[in-house]
Amino acid sequence: MAHDPTHDTHHANVDHAAMGIDKEHPTWSTYWKVAVILTLITVAEVWIYYIPAFVASRAFVPVLLIMSAVKFAIVVMFYMHLRYDHKLFRVLFTGPLIIAMTTLVGLMFLFGKLSLVK
Amino acid sequence: MAHAAAVHSAHDDSHGGHPPTSTGLDNKKIAIWAFIGSECMLFVSLISTYLIYKGRSIVGPYPHEACLPPSCSTPLKAILNIPVTSASTFVLLMSSLAMVLALAAVETKDQPKHTTGERILGSSKLWLWMTALLGTTFLGFQAFEFTSFVHEGLTIRTNLFGSSFFTLTGFHGAHVTAGVIWLLTLLAIDYRRGLGPKDALNVDLAALYWHFVDVVWIAIFTLVYLIK
Repeated sequence: MAHDPTHDTHHANVDHAAMGIDKEHPTWSTYWKVAVILTLITVAEVWIYYIPAFVASRAFVPVLLIMSAVKFAIVVMFYMHLRYDHKLFRVLFTGPLIIAMTTLVGLMFLFGKLSLVK
Repeated sequence: MAHAAAVHSAHDDSHGGHPPTSTGLDNKKIAIWAFIGSECMLFVSLISTYLIYKGRSIVGPYPHEACLPPSCSTPLKAILNIPVTSASTFVLLMSSLAMVLALAAVETKDQPKHTTGERILGSSKLWLWMTALLGTTFLGFQAFEFTSFVHEGLTIRTNLFGSSFFTLTGFHGAHVTAGVIWLLTLLAIDYRRGLGPKDALNVDLAALYWHFVDVVWIAIFTLVYLIK
């Protein structure tokens, strides 16, 4: 196993305060593990796309949306370091994202793509 | 007065030549997150438009259904090519891995590398090249997809699906192109004077933009390509 330089050494010359790094960023091995998980979820997404019985079921869309949301969250938390950086960055990202998602759901109801009545 | 100027100068030195901010965070990093937040709104508006127009095209070709006469002059299969898009999605995901490794390499540039493996992992040039190459490969896949769609009779003016699809994926492709150009400028700097821990913030800004482009594609892949 190769020595992991990020594991045990503080990056003395990196301006942690200015970069908003609250907690030490993940190690290289974590980045590789995250890549494997993202790949496996993508394979699962494409796999279920080719199962006609599952595509016809009511679970198909929710399962795809959940898997996509998990991938989105993993990239944002680990690769974009939102889990490790200053909370102001979290506010700057999740605030507009929540507004945008609420608008999207509102538009889907407005244009009849979603409905509470069967 | 002279003392105040000296204190101010010392502050300037400790923040890379910039005055300190009230948050203690670099303005560039706050700006990139604010920009990413605004980009979320842009892409969600484009995705909303696609979803609203989905299934409302009067003439083919269609994304997931075969197109038969009279909607199409000749019978056409579903136009979306899932195997090709799955491959391009994998390429973009791997480019995110390469980008985060490039940032880690820049942050740890000053640390001694004892083995060949450490030297490879610690090469910012290698990972920046890899990211730019994977980004360009993704653009190649997109060019192939767009060309094949046009050959099958789908242009931005054919139907509502074509208009909303080309606008959404075209905007994303433009963002990937901008990201590749940004990566190439970082590579040029790396070759000219070398990127080190002092440049970590500038590489981090490019990395955040690149990962954002990746997460947007994660959403597009599911909402446009996989959900029928």
